[in-house]
Amino acid sequence: MLKQDLSSPPKGFGGVFDFVLRQGSTGVIWLGAIFVTAWSMWLISDIVFNGWAGLSYDFLTHTPTNAGREGGIAPILVSTGLVLAICMAVSFPIGLGTAILLSEITATDSWWGGMIRRSLDVLAGVPSIVFGLFGNAFFCNILGLGFSILSGGLTLACMVLPILIRSTEEGFRAVPIAQKLGASALGLSRLSTLFYILLPIAVPGLIAGFVLGVGRAVAETAALIFTSGYVDRYPESWLDSGRVLSIHIYDLSMNIAGGEAHAYTSALVLLILVLLINQTASHIGLRYLRRGVT
Amino acid sequence: MKNSKRYLNLTIALLFVFFLPATSFAAELKGKLVLTGSSTIAPLAAEIGKRFESLHPRVRVDVQTGGSSRGVADARRGLADIGTVSRALKPNEQDLLSFTLAKDGVAIIVHQSNPIKKLSNQQIIAIYQGKIKNWKTVGGNNRPITVINKAEGHSTLELFLKYFGLKNSQIKPHVIIGDNEQGIKTVAGNPNAIGYVSIGSAEYSATHNIPIKLLPMKGVPASIKNVANGTFPLSRPLNLVTKVVPRGLAKEFIDYSLSNKVHDLIQRQYFVPINP
Amino acid sequence: MILSNGNILSPSTHDRFLTGILWCFSLLASLILGLILFFLVYNSLPVLWDIGISKFFLDSSWHPSEALFNLTPMLVGSLLIMLGAILLAAPLGIVSAIFCRFYAPKVIAVFYQSLIELLSGIPSVVYGFWGLVTLVPLIQKVNPPGTSLLAGIIVLALMILPTVSLIADATFANLPKEYFQGAAGLSLSRFTLLTQIILPASKSGLLTSVILAAGRAIGETMAILMICGNIAQIPDSLFSPVRTLTANIALEMAYAMGNHRSALFVSGLLLMVIIFALVSLAHRAGKGSVYA
Repeated sequence: MLKQDLSSPPKGFGGVFDFVLRQGSTGVIWLGAIFVTAWSMWLISDIVFNGWAGLSYDFLTHTPTNAGREGGIAPILVSTGLVLAICMAVSFPIGLGTAILLSEITATDSWWGGMIRRSLDVLAGVPSIVFGLFGNAFFCNILGLGFSILSGGLTLACMVLPILIRSTEEGFRAVPIAQKLGASALGLSRLSTLFYILLPIAVPGLIAGFVLGVGRAVAETAALIFTSGYVDRYPESWLDSGRVLSIHIYDLSMNIAGGEAHAYTSALVLLILVLLINQTASHIGLRYLRRGVT
Repeated sequence: MKNSKRYLNLTIALLFVFFLPATSFAAELKGKLVLTGSSTIAPLAAEIGKRFESLHPRVRVDVQTGGSSRGVADARRGLADIGTVSRALKPNEQDLLSFTLAKDGVAIIVHQSNPIKKLSNQQIIAIYQGKIKNWKTVGGNNRPITVINKAEGHSTLELFLKYFGLKNSQIKPHVIIGDNEQGIKTVAGNPNAIGYVSIGSAEYSATHNIPIKLLPMKGVPASIKNVANGTFPLSRPLNLVTKVVPRGLAKEFIDYSLSNKVHDLIQRQYFVPINP
Repeated sequence: MILSNGNILSPSTHDRFLTGILWCFSLLASLILGLILFFLVYNSLPVLWDIGISKFFLDSSWHPSEALFNLTPMLVGSLLIMLGAILLAAPLGIVSAIFCRFYAPKVIAVFYQSLIELLSGIPSVVYGFWGLVTLVPLIQKVNPPGTSLLAGIIVLALMILPTVSLIADATFANLPKEYFQGAAGLSLSRFTLLTQIILPASKSGLLTSVILAAGRAIGETMAILMICGNIAQIPDSLFSPVRTLTANIALEMAYAMGNHRSALFVSGLLLMVIIFALVSLAHRAGKGSVYA
């Protein structure tokens, strides 16, 4: 936004101090960013270098054989896509709705709003393995869905909800009060206000929530071992068990002697998948942002 | 909101596609068999399941993991047709029927660069009790020993404790691990570590450029071969368990798993076939 | 939207419908926590009836197969790791977001943003694997055994950094243009703009980001299990191995039976109590200033 320093040259003692502080802060921020970049590149390059060799068209289109040491990951990609689709299809509307309710309909300091917020923050800290055991007991056994893509997707949806809601809510919170007052004064219905005023402005928060939600969902292992399961053939229905990428990576790296090479390649595929989803989400989001009335 | 509507339509459309009933062929064996339990057995069971499916196209074998205790619990409650348990059944589990599919040994491993050639049982006990703290004492380098133990309840731990006559609270570990591969990687990254893991995984890693070394037990070299011929003292059974005498599909599957038609699969997962 | 309880300016049926649906959604969202709590309590009860609560804090150690159930070291381990990771990740995450929004040239900012987004999608097992084969051997050279509190903090900080950074960034992106125009009109320096306007105006978003990151940190399992050594002891230095409550569940659930299994659910319950206390504390601290 503000790319140049617009201030006049510093004058006097306080000015010198201010100058040092200002230049120092720029340095610190650049240093911090470089540090984070180096740190994450260390990890990412490790995956890329070790996974690159195994990446091929065959790897993406074949079924795994010999417990995943050989063959490809095609059925696993399908299961991953389905679980992710269910998770997002369930959590996105609920998440968006709750975020709207929290930021726009309940009073900011209402008891109910506070309770919902608090329970969401607690939910965000529930360990994934507890989600897994819970999902197994509730969706698989009590609701009778068994080890299935549907159970897995629903368990994941419970898991990403807090992150989705809270970051979307921050998006709505940012809408200037003047615009809301204006909309109200014009007699716009809440629905119109929502679609023409609030949503366009809240897009950055929405994208952040979506990206974090998808990230958490595709990266999840423990919650899915007990719900969507371990079966690595093509799922034939929503009620079939299907192994997702992160479980495949976990199994190959921790349970199968000699599975590392394919574990790395699967991790690389996962990274590329995440990158694609995120780019698409930002792209769509930004187009909506431009369309909106701001 | 528009998004949600689109998602909903998509979901409904896909649901229809997936629930379309498949055209059925008459075959003598059909249905779905669910196996849950030990993560050690899971890859093997899945491979056997795949071969079984290819012989009986109308059969689906679903293998799930979650640990041996889950295998016992699910078999008991009827949530699974067959439970998989990577240890012998305990006295209070005698209500279940067990079928031993294969065997797996437990080997003591150290880093490849460690000059130690062998350790006596007394030395291993002393190291695990924290009485020997330095490799120098047992004839190695002057380096502190890092003791790696398994987490409470794991069958390899129970086997280890029983064999050496130890109680878990007597052991003074520096690292506690869960899976075998975690143990191998921890030892490979630490020249002063000692641990014990499944023999098959260890032998595979040692022969595939992972810097670990298997120590002999009482003079018997640790190898799959010696587990197979019964000379290696530390081994555990890999079991299939059922609540009732298996019938129909479950019986067919268990019979098939215990036959010599799956020996190559067992060997490819680095376990020891025992059924003739 | 402006609160229009009893407001007849827009008596649209759509509105009533919308509000109804939204209430249902939010009830559903909070119901999940209720169900999970019920599930944990239900599974913990057998051991709580059997041996009571005090043994979980007063026993000499954690050896459930010998009926010793002390959870205190793991409680301390969980809290220390979370605290360390937050201390590292919160400033770095916020600095990252500031860098992206206000300092970096556009090309770098886009690249940097994708990098952070990518980090959020890496499975924890990959972080754990990387920590185990790369980081732990490095630390081991300095101070054995390598699997330690420090390794956990470093890896966990990297894992939760995207949560802090992306939410902080979205908060900055949402600040009204008028703030920046006003600042430019007053010819404020970028530093002053940052410290006097941007950060105070984003307080709510920043607090949310840190709370969510803390939740993720305390709930993390797989990576921690692989790199922290899992010894149930109160650590005496950064290089000591520790076990967290989550690792305790994941490590032992596979083979646990009876009271042991039930005790692992108590670990989960204890974790929830702690998270609840922390969240309440954070909300109280933020009250008035944040949600006003």
